[in-house]
Amino acid sequence: MSEREGCALVTGASRGIGAAIARALASDGWPVGVNYRTDREGAEAVVAEIEQDGGRAVALEADVADPAAPDRLFDALESHWGSRVLTLVNNAGVNRDDLTPSLRDEDWSEVIETDLTAAFRLTRRALGAMLRARTGRIVNIASVSALRANPGQSNYAAAKAGLIALTKTAAVEVARRGITINAVAPGLIDTEMTAGLSRDLLAAIPARRAGKPEEVAACVRFLASEDASYVTGAVLTVDGGLAA
Amino acid sequence: MPAVTSQQVESRVVEALASFGPEPEQITRESTFEELDIDSLDLVELAQIVEDEYGVVLKGEDMKDLQTVGDAIDLIVSKAEA
Repeated sequence: MSEREGCALVTGASRGIGAAIARALASDGWPVGVNYRTDREGAEAVVAEIEQDGGRAVALEADVADPAAPDRLFDALESHWGSRVLTLVNNAGVNRDDLTPSLRDEDWSEVIETDLTAAFRLTRRALGAMLRARTGRIVNIASVSALRANPGQSNYAAAKAGLIALTKTAAVEVARRGITINAVAPGLIDTEMTAGLSRDLLAAIPARRAGKPEEVAACVRFLASEDASYVTGAVLTVDGGLAA
Repeated sequence: MPAVTSQQVESRVVEALASFGPEPEQITRESTFEELDIDSLDLVELAQIVEDEYGVVLKGEDMKDLQTVGDAIDLIVSKAEA
């Protein structure tokens, strides 16, 4: 396991894709901050699993939609391990699905705040130290809904499409400092968030199956690694061909 | 916080600017950022350094009129004294 000079933060990591990402980064030697909003038990289980496998992790409570969250999370991580956050994964996300004529203001704004604005604030906070360190990795978890219309998700799609635009713009701003910023766009992945969805959707997926959180996490691990040093401003879809 | 001298700020600013590329000997108060090839990303980083070390916050609108190294030094010193 390689020795890392910095640490990693994964938001929304108490379960699902975030938990898988935390485990994957830890297995690559990253000390990982496992952020959760309310599922403390889930986050601590992820931490325990990582530690059992010889990795390092700590659970950190924060609602990423809170403007004070970035400073709290980063200050806590930096003092916990005495090192800067050099990998940030903006994974925390919520959805409030409904057809556009029925969406309420709060359905719109909650999704935009958590899925887009929070990622902007966390990115802003992360870039300060990454600029000074001349290295850094930011991976934003977007969605195929940002690339291909999915009825009932105009708010989610707008947030995730915005996240992709943020990814690309910030990426070109800081590329010459050795910082890469990329997005991963998962399709239908087997998690709690998709558990209620009809499996008829599988017929629309060329791979004829849902993806696994570990399959998304493997892509994030690659993008956070040295091997991906020349990949920036990219969107990596992990969707069994759905958006192709 | 003890008063920050113009000389201390000058020496720190020159050190920071040199880390972005130019040779220290090229950097004088009269040097423009343009001739030193210092761009907006470098200035963002300079603002971070200044905030960490002097507690002085430089926003985008403060920085956009800065032409020379001397302009930056004077701005930092005036905000530190405020």
